Amino acid sequence: MANLEQSRPQRREGDPDLPPDLPAPAAAASQLSDADLDSVLDEIDDVLETNAEEFVRSFVQKGGQ
Amino acid sequence: MTVRRVMGIETEYGISAPGDPSANPMFLSGHVVTAYARAHGLMPGQGGWDYSTEAPLRDARGWEIGRWAADPSQLTDIDDPTLANVVLTNGARFYVDHAHPEYSGPEVTSPLDAVIWDRAGDEVMRRAALLLNPNPARPTVALYKNNTDGKGSSYGTHENYLMRRATSFGDIVRYLTPFFVARQVICGAGRVGIGQDSRSSGFQISQRADFFEAEVGLETTVKRPIINTRDEPHATPDRYRRLHVIIGDANQCDVATYLKLGTTSLVLGMIEAGAAPRGLDLADPVGALKVISRDPTLQAAVPLRDGRHLRALDLLWAYHDAANAWLDSLGERDPETDAVMSRWASVLTRLAADPMDLAAEIDWVAKLRVLQAYRQRDGLAWTEPRLAALDIQWTDLRPEKSIFATLRAKGRIEELVSNEQVLAAVTTPPEDTRAWFRGECLRRFAGNVVSASWDSIVFDVPGQPALQRIPLNEPLKGTKAQLGGVVARSRDVGELLRDLVGVSD
Repeated sequence: MANLEQSRPQRREGDPDLPPDLPAPAAAASQLSDADLDSVLDEIDDVLETNAEEFVRSFVQKGGQ
Repeated sequence: MTVRRVMGIETEYGISAPGDPSANPMFLSGHVVTAYARAHGLMPGQGGWDYSTEAPLRDARGWEIGRWAADPSQLTDIDDPTLANVVLTNGARFYVDHAHPEYSGPEVTSPLDAVIWDRAGDEVMRRAALLLNPNPARPTVALYKNNTDGKGSSYGTHENYLMRRATSFGDIVRYLTPFFVARQVICGAGRVGIGQDSRSSGFQISQRADFFEAEVGLETTVKRPIINTRDEPHATPDRYRRLHVIIGDANQCDVATYLKLGTTSLVLGMIEAGAAPRGLDLADPVGALKVISRDPTLQAAVPLRDGRHLRALDLLWAYHDAANAWLDSLGERDPETDAVMSRWASVLTRLAADPMDLAAEIDWVAKLRVLQAYRQRDGLAWTEPRLAALDIQWTDLRPEKSIFATLRAKGRIEELVSNEQVLAAVTTPPEDTRAWFRGECLRRFAGNVVSASWDSIVFDVPGQPALQRIPLNEPLKGTKAQLGGVVARSRDVGELLRDLVGVSD
């Protein structure tokens, strides 16, 4: 699918044209360690509907715009 | 030139009655709106909607289709008294659209304000549902900020942008289409299921991609087009057009909403100025939309008319670089515009390196990261119902049921606005558009407001035989700076209207 002939703009990371003072993008939040993620998953276990199959089946919406 | 522009977001929320799949969603939606309106002294009959200037069948290409030819769901200007419809003190419209409660946020002028009043809409919905759920253990209604049930139905999150009427609609179609096909890699909300009815299993970037079947058109509920041609400016028609954008997902990440509105506003600015990048015409925009949505590695390249193949990130870099050159050529750059440009470049750079790095900023990445971890931990295939349930519950507006809210509460989602700003925006309008006057009139004189719309307010003034209609055709007139004094010193609506006549712009 990926055509290797694609012409890709040249500038990427370390490009001198990029503003030097890019806002720090929440590094702490995005760098989740696996242990952190495990605790998040445990919490999600508590939040998820217990009968997932029935819950998904009954989530039926009318179309809108 | 700047990222600033009159704009807004409208969202139809998913709705269900837990434990009662046979509940009628129209009545359920009506209950949601009515409960909130009553609790805030806004009876659905008061502060109702003024439909006199609406024209949902007028096409930006220059014609109006006959009502006999329209799908009944396109007829949005018939007031059904059984359906609640109110204007809120924050300037938003809160009503039932088809079978969903909808919050149409007030007009704002910056992408950050769009984030604030969009999140205020979530809070309005949450509070409305809470009124119907006195016992959380046995809820009667649940609301979801998503755009599909995964079974063939979709409902929209639309954006609106005020543009110059003089801009050629053909230019808008030509130069906006590649951007709209590509921008989902930044503002897609993520979806479990491939195909309108989730015929195949798997994950895709966008909630909506599978529901778009045309390049250009007037429809919004069938044969949805990438560029919608509805021509209802809700403002002086020979000066303005309102670009009604129906291709977009409901976002919960601040950064995604911020970039969605900010980058689109800049691309529209380039189109208005004749500075949009050339040569990006796609061979098959509708097909490309799906190809890009189904490739979370972001490596898929889609064919252009000139024979080249570009990835979504390549297309977005082309728009970014054109915007950069255009802004440079104009000399002056305001801090808000610079902030959008910087974040845009930062997000594109990091998406190319490792999309998972954006898990705090972009909805589809945040969702996919959790789904993948879940799959890994329990060895789940994409067909596992728990993953589809997680997708739906990602957007539940009840914090105790929401996966997204769980992550945000743990500090896993970057926030650009404070909770205080969001809570204030639930009742307070933006100060720098006509939404301020609309909202203040509802706050101070709700009892005298017969109806309102984006571009008018109709008052019943005690002692006056006829209703008084105040047109608001200029979206940037009716601001706090312009009318704050008059509104503050008016003790009643009669004084207000007398004073307004004496106010010059």
